[in-house]
Amino acid sequence: MNAVLSARKLRKCYGDHVVVDGLDLSIRRGECFGLLGPNGAGKTTTLRLMLGLIAPDQGELRLFEYDVPERARPARMRVGVVPQFDNLDPDFTVAENLLVYGRYFGISDAKIEAKLPGLLEFAGLTGKRDAKVPILSGGMKRRLTLARALVNDPEVIFLDEPTTGLDPQARHLIWQRLRELTARGKTLVLTTHFMEEAERLCHRLAVMDNGRIISSGSPRELIAQNIEPQVVEVFGEMAATWAQSNAIQHAQRFEVSGESVFCYVDDAQPLLHELLQHPELRYLHRPANMEDVFLKLTGREMRD
Amino acid sequence: MNSSFYSLPQFSRRFIPIWKRNFMVWKKMAGASVLGHLADPVIYMLGLGYGLGGMLPQINGMPYIAFLAAGTVCYSTMNSASFEALYSGFARMHQQRTWEAILNTPVTLDDIVFSEIVWAASKSLLSGVAVLVVVWVLGLSHSPLSLWIIPLSLLVGLCFASVGLIMTALAPGYDFFMYYFTLVITPMVLLCGVFFPVEQLPQALQTISSILPLTHAISLARPLMNNVVPGQFLWHIGVLLAYALTGFYVSLVLFRRRLSQ
Repeated sequence: MNAVLSARKLRKCYGDHVVVDGLDLSIRRGECFGLLGPNGAGKTTTLRLMLGLIAPDQGELRLFEYDVPERARPARMRVGVVPQFDNLDPDFTVAENLLVYGRYFGISDAKIEAKLPGLLEFAGLTGKRDAKVPILSGGMKRRLTLARALVNDPEVIFLDEPTTGLDPQARHLIWQRLRELTARGKTLVLTTHFMEEAERLCHRLAVMDNGRIISSGSPRELIAQNIEPQVVEVFGEMAATWAQSNAIQHAQRFEVSGESVFCYVDDAQPLLHELLQHPELRYLHRPANMEDVFLKLTGREMRD
Repeated sequence: MNSSFYSLPQFSRRFIPIWKRNFMVWKKMAGASVLGHLADPVIYMLGLGYGLGGMLPQINGMPYIAFLAAGTVCYSTMNSASFEALYSGFARMHQQRTWEAILNTPVTLDDIVFSEIVWAASKSLLSGVAVLVVVWVLGLSHSPLSLWIIPLSLLVGLCFASVGLIMTALAPGYDFFMYYFTLVITPMVLLCGVFFPVEQLPQALQTISSILPLTHAISLARPLMNNVVPGQFLWHIGVLLAYALTGFYVSLVLFRRRLSQ
């Protein structure tokens, strides 16, 4: 199998807290692989292990043909990283940020200079070449960070929550760029807790919780494996009471969350027929999605 | 605990792009920086040298202002490296996350820490040269040997940058650095012979003074200003180098621990 990255029984603890607990995964060349999970599930730690920035307590990790973290330096020559928090150089212009970053890979100034127009165009920052970083919007900064991650023409790009904090316009633009990158044959490894992002972009997903992968596969497979295909959301003050007495007869499974009831069904018709008898309840009938899978697998309680 | 924290530093040429990055930032405000390197020592030397010096007899056969000049060179180079390693280094590591960005490239933490030390020492070099120019212009020294102050500034810079980075590695925030400046740097200025000969101090304080790096820097700088080859110069250089190497290793271990969290 053509794996660019493989992890076996990877384990990382901080004190008594097991952050990554026996992780096995393999990422294929050219795919977009998503790591999903609530806050604190171990996604960022997993990325840091993959880049060789921290050493695992147990397990093995290979990135390309290199053992990581022992040979992380040559491995990192061929990867790009979009970090979760902005770490652009605030003292520099857009172009200077790319120039300085390219030097860390040992690329000559002339070569970076030649690449600049293409990178700026990709990031939609052609007119901002000489703008200083602090005046850029959040979306522009994120696009510049993406362009910076491409300065060494990497084979694999790691993105840690690439669209967190962006407005919908900025988010859609980033998604479009990421799709272009997969179309060019780049391998993407991203963490996210936006299910829509995962569903739209990723060929394969792994859902993490408490440092373990609890389910993995394509978005369709995950939905098919984990959850009934139809969802009827019912809203109203009486929804919970109604669910206890009526939904139970027609739905395979239901969950109450405040004044909403989520009914999971193979066939929605009997339930929808039943709902016609209750005009005081509003409802929404839709196909099941990754968010339903995620909530089923990781629970509805708040995480911090 | 992880034994790799304690492994010896691995050097590579990849520290050079980081040095160039810092230089690029510095260039953007070079005017203010050079002015600071010049104005501060000039004010000290003129104010104390002529003001206080006018009331004093010669010290070891030289006018007070000339005596003070050697102290000022060392004091300025120490301060340049310390401020750079503590405040600016902390900004790059913590606040701006510059290190985090660099670590995602083939550059390692060892390269980054080494580049911080070399960069801070470069600021010391600049500071030392600035003071030396002032000393020459004011005619306080005509010594050809005073040219050795230039490499000495670099060595003093390496020494205080390395020691200062230990603080940076331990600091929860900028306020922490006050301890270092109040409890280490300020006493050092008073104990190590910047403003008056160490021999003026009680014996106990002289003993403390003899183990402090600034004393050894001044023991080299003062004769050089006077065109005299410093006595025991290998010993003084050795002490400064020992501080530099120890500081480098200890700070590197502390940074490895800190950034592995």
